[in-house]
Amino acid sequence: MKVLITGGRGLLGSAVVREIQKSGHECVVVQRTPCHVPGIREFLDDLVAPTKSEQWIKGVEVVVHLAAKVGIVGSYQEFFDSNVLATRKLLEKAKKNGVQRFIYASSPSVAHTGNALIGVGVHKAEPAHVRGSYSRTKALAEIDVLAAHSPDFSTMALRPHLVWGPGDTQLIERIVARARSGRLFLIDGGYSLIDTTYVTNAAQAFACAIDAPTSAFNRALMVTNGEPRTVRETLGRIAYAAGAKAPSRSIPFHIAMAAGHAAESAWRIRKSEPPLTSFLVEQLATAHWFDLGETKRFLEWSPSISLDQGFADLAMWYAKA
Amino acid sequence: MSRPAQLPPVNLHGLDPKWSKIVDFTDRDGISRGVHVLDTGTDRAAELTLVCVHGNPTWSYLWRNFLRQAPINIRVIAVDQLGMGYSERLSSDRVLEQRVDDLTRVVAALEVTTPIVSLAHDWGGPISLGWVENEIRSGEHHIAGVVLLNTAVHQPKDFNSPAIIRLVRARGLLAPVTEYSQGFVLGTRILSGKKMSRDVATGFRAPYRKRESRKAIHGFVADIPFEEDHVSRAPLDHIAESLKLLCGTPILMCWGPNDPVFSDLYLRDLKGRLPHAVVHRYEGASHLVSEDAPTLVGDIFDWIDSPSGTQSTFSSESDSELIDLGAALREQTSTRPNSIGLTAMSEAGNLTWQELDTLTNSYAGYLSQRGVTAGDRVAFLVPPGPLLIPLIYATWNLGAAVVLADSGLGLRGIFRALRGAHVDHVVGIPRAGPLMKSLHIRGARISTKEIDKTQKLPRAVFDTDQKGTTQFPATNLGAVVFTSGSTGPAKGVQYSRGHIARTVTALQSQYTISSRDVIIAAFSPWAVFGPALGIASVLPRMDPGKPSSLTYEALKESVGSAGGTLLWASPAALINVLDTAPKHDDADWSSIRLILSAGAPVPKSLLQRLALLIPHACIRTPYGMTEALPLSETDLEAILKSQSDQGVLVGKGIPGVDICIAAWDAPDQLTTAPEVMGEIVVRAPHMKNSYDSLEFTERSSSHFVGWHRTGDVGHLDAEGSLWIEGRKSHVISTSLGVITPVPVEQRIESLPFVRQAACVGIGPRGGAVVAIVYIETTEAKGLSKMDKEDEMRAIAGVPLAAMLPVKSLPTDIRHNAKLNREEIAQWANAKLAGDR
Repeated sequence: MKVLITGGRGLLGSAVVREIQKSGHECVVVQRTPCHVPGIREFLDDLVAPTKSEQWIKGVEVVVHLAAKVGIVGSYQEFFDSNVLATRKLLEKAKKNGVQRFIYASSPSVAHTGNALIGVGVHKAEPAHVRGSYSRTKALAEIDVLAAHSPDFSTMALRPHLVWGPGDTQLIERIVARARSGRLFLIDGGYSLIDTTYVTNAAQAFACAIDAPTSAFNRALMVTNGEPRTVRETLGRIAYAAGAKAPSRSIPFHIAMAAGHAAESAWRIRKSEPPLTSFLVEQLATAHWFDLGETKRFLEWSPSISLDQGFADLAMWYAKA
Repeated sequence: MSRPAQLPPVNLHGLDPKWSKIVDFTDRDGISRGVHVLDTGTDRAAELTLVCVHGNPTWSYLWRNFLRQAPINIRVIAVDQLGMGYSERLSSDRVLEQRVDDLTRVVAALEVTTPIVSLAHDWGGPISLGWVENEIRSGEHHIAGVVLLNTAVHQPKDFNSPAIIRLVRARGLLAPVTEYSQGFVLGTRILSGKKMSRDVATGFRAPYRKRESRKAIHGFVADIPFEEDHVSRAPLDHIAESLKLLCGTPILMCWGPNDPVFSDLYLRDLKGRLPHAVVHRYEGASHLVSEDAPTLVGDIFDWIDSPSGTQSTFSSESDSELIDLGAALREQTSTRPNSIGLTAMSEAGNLTWQELDTLTNSYAGYLSQRGVTAGDRVAFLVPPGPLLIPLIYATWNLGAAVVLADSGLGLRGIFRALRGAHVDHVVGIPRAGPLMKSLHIRGARISTKEIDKTQKLPRAVFDTDQKGTTQFPATNLGAVVFTSGSTGPAKGVQYSRGHIARTVTALQSQYTISSRDVIIAAFSPWAVFGPALGIASVLPRMDPGKPSSLTYEALKESVGSAGGTLLWASPAALINVLDTAPKHDDADWSSIRLILSAGAPVPKSLLQRLALLIPHACIRTPYGMTEALPLSETDLEAILKSQSDQGVLVGKGIPGVDICIAAWDAPDQLTTAPEVMGEIVVRAPHMKNSYDSLEFTERSSSHFVGWHRTGDVGHLDAEGSLWIEGRKSHVISTSLGVITPVPVEQRIESLPFVRQAACVGIGPRGGAVVAIVYIETTEAKGLSKMDKEDEMRAIAGVPLAAMLPVKSLPTDIRHNAKLNREEIAQWANAKLAGDR
């Protein structure tokens, strides 16, 4: 099948491309900056104001939509354009050009209203109640994607939770850098239990979705490693893999929260990503781990790389680097 | 001001609008009336109809879950009383007699063609019973059963009317509370023992939002005939009287004991009138028992399906057999009157068999004089000791049953237990005075102060030859015992006299007990058995409610001065003995031939240390529970040889005991196949007869007829020995498989840096669950190194989400060797949720 992938450059994107290629599908990639993966047709285009869409959508049977604006820097309008508007346009184009399946990379944050999520399945996206422009716009887009489902246009949203892996510049690199400089703190001891996802497992979930039975569509599904760990252990293992010291110092929640708010205000002026945000503090201090029962059943997928193996791979990568 | 019947709004939580209809009937004055009725409908292939009658201040909304959960062969009808719910509002109050007549007419109008089971709550109780009487007399419908929830047909004389109702009925207050304000309706929400959800509270209040709509609530309360000359007094007395008609009808009473209005006293009154009724008290539930007890609806349908009670008969007993529980005591008295029968170390007092017998007889005389007779229940708030033991035998000699509550339950637990046991008389130490007073018992309240005086009474006060027999049928109740379990409130376990006799026999043959033996009873329940076994007992110097208060010195003096041969103690007591032992032990332990450690799993290391202290004694660990002890046992040698990563070895069943496993994956079949994990199910001649006023607990425990489900999980090995892996409620069902806690804990405890481990599951019931362990570590700095976590994961053999170090793990108050996994799971859920 011919598969179009948007945003194939990041940690998850490149892994998704690899896995889809492995399962024998033809891949086409659309993004703004080139990634130069061998054997892949690459189009440089802007999804909000596309110029070559006729070329890249032609003959496509499945769309895997990963491209999004992440983080907290930027106006709501910018997030809305990149995450909602671009998705709506892509949906429209896909439908018009006979695409059969549309798989959207959503985020667990679309349903995270601040309460602990403990061993639960997928909750409804709540654009009105989630925090921050990213979560809100991802939630709106997920609702649009699922609403577009019809008998000849199957849609699905996958919500991978905290994806990490070797070469990750977003999560891992920041944790490691802070651990090395001794600025990695735990919040309230770091005992809340969280799920994370090793990148290969997340990518395989997307590859499985392409071949999943039609009955799997018309829903959102959680993707994690299915091995919740305490924040303390997760951060510790990542730091260890990079040869740094595990965090041991802890600060109380409300102080961390205040620091997060302060950093947000300060960095808003600087227009760059702050080292700590109130959202991140809340994420790190509240349990969120999930029930994978539905995902495993519908996608006929299960995580193939255990956390232990993932941390070993990460250590290997740092040893080589 | 009247108003015709209406349909309820369509959006009430849990109520299907399809159920609602208005039924018109003509009352006895010839006036056409409209009532609102919930009805699952006539289109079902109904074999039975359940007619539900609400009380005050509710409406048929109370019965919504019965309509929702009704099996296909049962039609459920719930009628709103006239003036209440969505039925017609009347201009005048309706009294009991009229309401009974109305209900009879409404049921006639509903074209019920099947037999009927009635179900009623509160003031609906007398109304439904009046109607049931009409049905039985007319033969119009067959009454297949009667179910009553928190209701009454009579005001017990020795007890004031409920304070709340008296308050509300007080002159000038009734109307303001019930009619002018929503206070009474809102109070219902408070009457619910559990926090009622807003949606459900809205459902209950829906028909009573306006003052005129609450008029009948006022009328309902006013219709309760507390006064002799009340218009409904005679009809109520008539209903109470005609309960005799129900002697052949199955009756179930479900009770919320925390009801401030219809307390246990009314249940006791009803039980007296309907002795064949089966009873379940939902501990913790209040007036709206059907809201507070989530299992009630299913339980009632279960009972309707098979209405025979499990608790009113001791089916295993033979009627003709007579049991004299004091026989062994008298035998010892005649063969060796001047030998010591009971030694209480703390009181430095010895009683010879002769003295013990004299005391027992004079106590029996006194109890008899105070009104204790055969069949009565006598509660004791007396610590185990030289006072309690003759009192118990005195009670048994009179043919009455003893009710005992373990002091480990705490004052509140003891009160709750005794209140539910419906005791007739209570005997207590002076300190227990306030508790005894609050029990509202029917018979004598005896302080041990009075009893002490009886010691001076001449022996002839009670003479068996002249005044009566000490032989009573084996089927008679001998004891109700409440012990602190690890799960939920204490359950009362009923033993017949036959059961007690068989336990004595089992102990005698299992431990080849002869009259030369002297038992050191550090495990208080067993202090009672000494006289029945015909052996002398020693009560060591300790707090009987706190096993860990037994010291080395106390044990030494019990052995030294009394020559104890058998030591029965809990692991907590033995641990403390070892911990308080001096470096150089100079005691002479040679008289001890057998040590029995029971009550909780026994750590291997403890047994080894004990063997070093008392080398030649045989150390055995019986397994059993309040419901049946002993069931199986093993000895130190076998335990030392056993692997300790599969559970706790408790050995093979003792002669006469059968042990099976209800496999976790196939729980409806019993198996003795090796290595199959599941609930341990046992059968023994000395098994409990039933639970007291806990019909559905009893049904669940005797799911396999003739067997007892222990609530423990484990497996049998190839040799047929039993291994315990934990409590059924502690089994962790994760998406990756089922985990039993004990083997995981044992494996982790084998690591040098772990002192004690507790394995619990966290996550939502029915959802994703992961296993975690809490550990007491010997590492000074806790667990900072990842490699320790790796070691624990590697040895655990199951996936573990987290390993949390803790200073000390909570243990069961009574046996401090038993982990309180419920509390640990609560901690873990809170901590790992990031609760703040």
